[in-house]
Amino acid sequence: MTRHIRHAAVFCALLLLALLVNALRVQVVESAAHDGNPANRRASIARYGQPRGDILVGGAPVTGSRDTHEQLRYERTYREGPLYAPVTGFASQEYGTTFLEHTEDDLLSGVDPMLAPLPLWNDVTRGRPPGGNVVTTLDRRAQQAAYAGLDGRKGAVAAVEPATGRVLALVSSPSYDPSLLSGNDPGVEASWERLNADPDKPMLNRAVRQTYPPGSTFKVVTAAAALDAGVVTDLDRPTDSPVPYRLPGTTTRLTNSGDGCADASVREAFEWSCNTVFAKLGVEVGLARMSRTAQAFGFNDTDVRIPFPVATSTFDTSLDRAQLALSSIGQYNTRATPLQMAMVAAAVANGGQVREPYLVERTTRHGGATVGTAGSRSARQAMYPATAVRLRELMEDVVREGTGKRAAIRGARVGAKTGTAQHGIGNSGTPYAWCVSWAQGKRDIEPSVAVAVVVEDGSANRGEITGGGMAAPIARAVMAAVLGS
Amino acid sequence: MTSAGAGAEATTAIAAAGTPAPAVRLPRRRGIELALIVVAVLLSVYGYCAVGLAKNGTLPPGAAGYGAGLGVLALVAHLAVRLRAPYADPLPLPIGVLLNGIGLVLIYRLDLETPGDRAAPAQLVWSTLGITLFILVVAALRDHRVLQRYAYVSVVAALVLLMLPILFPAVNGARIWVRVAGFSIQPGEFAKVLLAVFFAAYLAANRTALAYAGRRIWCVQVPTGRVLGPIVAIWLLSVGVLVLERDLGTSLLFFGLFVVMLYVATGRTGWIAVGLLLAALGAVAVGRLEPHVHGRIEDWLHPFASIEAGLGPNQLAQSLFAFSAGGVLGTGLGLGHSVLIGFATKSDFILATAGEELGLAGLSALFLLYGLLVERGYRAGLALRDPFGRLLAVGLATIVALQVFVIAGGVTGLIPLTGMAMPFLAQGGSSVVTNWAIVALLIRVSDSARRQYDGSTAP
Repeated sequence: MTRHIRHAAVFCALLLLALLVNALRVQVVESAAHDGNPANRRASIARYGQPRGDILVGGAPVTGSRDTHEQLRYERTYREGPLYAPVTGFASQEYGTTFLEHTEDDLLSGVDPMLAPLPLWNDVTRGRPPGGNVVTTLDRRAQQAAYAGLDGRKGAVAAVEPATGRVLALVSSPSYDPSLLSGNDPGVEASWERLNADPDKPMLNRAVRQTYPPGSTFKVVTAAAALDAGVVTDLDRPTDSPVPYRLPGTTTRLTNSGDGCADASVREAFEWSCNTVFAKLGVEVGLARMSRTAQAFGFNDTDVRIPFPVATSTFDTSLDRAQLALSSIGQYNTRATPLQMAMVAAAVANGGQVREPYLVERTTRHGGATVGTAGSRSARQAMYPATAVRLRELMEDVVREGTGKRAAIRGARVGAKTGTAQHGIGNSGTPYAWCVSWAQGKRDIEPSVAVAVVVEDGSANRGEITGGGMAAPIARAVMAAVLGS
Repeated sequence: MTSAGAGAEATTAIAAAGTPAPAVRLPRRRGIELALIVVAVLLSVYGYCAVGLAKNGTLPPGAAGYGAGLGVLALVAHLAVRLRAPYADPLPLPIGVLLNGIGLVLIYRLDLETPGDRAAPAQLVWSTLGITLFILVVAALRDHRVLQRYAYVSVVAALVLLMLPILFPAVNGARIWVRVAGFSIQPGEFAKVLLAVFFAAYLAANRTALAYAGRRIWCVQVPTGRVLGPIVAIWLLSVGVLVLERDLGTSLLFFGLFVVMLYVATGRTGWIAVGLLLAALGAVAVGRLEPHVHGRIEDWLHPFASIEAGLGPNQLAQSLFAFSAGGVLGTGLGLGHSVLIGFATKSDFILATAGEELGLAGLSALFLLYGLLVERGYRAGLALRDPFGRLLAVGLATIVALQVFVIAGGVTGLIPLTGMAMPFLAQGGSSVVTNWAIVALLIRVSDSARRQYDGSTAP
């Protein structure tokens, strides 16, 4: 019997061994796959188990956290949610994160290794430090001025500091309150569905994720290309441009909305936004130089991040001459985000240099100690500095006596270019009102703000939609807010 | 301790004066047992405090009372062993105390997540009852061979207990509970020990006939129907009842217990082949015919199928998630989320909490504790010389081993899941009481095993 008892004991030992090996399989070998299974709620529980770090504007948080004592414990709250939604995005238990909440998620939720006091500290302790804070470059008053200026109309505003690329304002309208999407209650799902079904697309970030035909504001780029190429040497010499201008190789005639464009000088044409003159200029500059200049301003750059990705603004690089003529006045396939057009204005204001825009000034630990700073951003020369000086002159003329009078600020140097962009099949859509501008305060040694405004208000009377009428006052308010602060 | 031991040995020496002088002087090792019990109680109290600190940031209010209660119970049990079974193996009692203590900690910890359903107080009452039963068995049962006389009483009692739940409504698909005055009892648990006693007694009495009588068919020596008939009938009856009650785990346990004991008693490897064949046939038949079982097998083969179907993770998937979350070192007591498993976290799935919060390290330690308990049972079986005692020890140890394998294998996805209680760990009064009875019997047989060497020359 003894021998068989031993056999039975060996059998039991084998059972034990099987359990141990299987435990090793489940807990170690397959552990990562199970931890990463989307149906496993542990990651979310840990993630929402502590308050999220805050996003700061002008030193004060625009976000907060609310303790619900539920399984996914802390809910995100937003102060002035609709105002800052295009910057913060949302952080939702159900629908994930967007914009800064998304790109800075590791820091805000506390898993960023930079937050740990020592390398690998989090892995050893299995804990996570409190979430860090994100300090934005936004100017609170500029942001408010832009949002108030749009006043619920569809449109967007982007403002940057020309010398650095700091984003001072980023507004999209109509907006929404991201706190509607925080939390676990059934209302979240209802809000999500309502916001997604809304024809006004309140969750669309028009300032960076939507491209528009830039219309006449693109003439800044065309003028820069023409000046750099030497096609135009004297701003005041007549350009020998016919009205109407027949697009090369076609019978299509291009006209202007105003008079006095025939044979106008570049200065006059810029002031009064003559399509015929600039279409002809673009063709004279040629596709290669037009493309090069547009790309130097940031067009066709597929990798703009502020730190969340910005939709690519496009300037078509394979065009016939008629298409080039249209593209040179911001039509045909030319499309730009408001942020891109703010960069165009900023390049003019900054001596021809384009600074990459950025939105995060620095990141800090919960206590305020700095974890990371924005650092210097690369710059590109979009045009010769001399060209920038002359373009500044042209843009100031627009404000002084052209279409941009409503952008003028008493006691400050202001340059602008307005635009009314056609779109839709056969230009049937309501035109977009544009204004790009920059401003230099009385005591400033260089322009301190560049703004792009686009208004796409379908409800307005078609005749009233002009860049000068609708967009310029908003640009003025934003610039005044920055200069005043 | 040493002086007491020496005194007792001196008495034995005098008592054995008529017989040849003792060739072997066995140490009694009661001091080791006491030290291990102290460690077991301290570990349990430490776990209890760790849970309180992790969940509420303070020491739990009942820590002192809890430790004192468990300590007093364990000490009384130790005294009973010291007085009535002084030669007993010093390991089973501390292992029982530690496992029961950890079980109480885990249940208390899970109670904090489910304020409406508190199980720890009842478990504490049942543990007290279990240890009381342990003391009674150790004190009242002077010699395990007495049990041999009650073989047929045992089997009748076992069958009655097994059939009792049929009269009561099913709970969660299994008809294995009896509810009386708010307490639910699983009579099948008690039946395990009774059936092991019967198998041991019957096989001890008939093992020669089973092994050598009868005809030889093919290459298997088949015993005569008169010898084989009753035991196969009992076995078929019990497994049949369990299948009716849908208690898969216990039917698997009985099957395995029967095959192992038959093999040990007769030494015929053919029994194992027959057993495996029957098991395979039975498994296929039940798996095909019984939807409840079929579902379990499907879950085992495809634990994440319900996730892919968009229905969310099922219990097994949640259990696997919990084990994975523990990793090697665990999240720490009170810091896991095994409560996500939902239903039966404190009973069938309590091991998932151990796996998540104590990690692979803690889980392995638990498995090794069970392994040690089983090994001590087998060791007692090897040391004993009466066939009944040997078979009883082997049977009891096998019950523990199979039970641990079936439930732990189920919740970790090694074998299909069958509802069963992890010995000592899981919430469940009948289970705790039964397991204390098993430990008491192991103490008794190990005492006999070592006592028989004392005063005799050869084993």
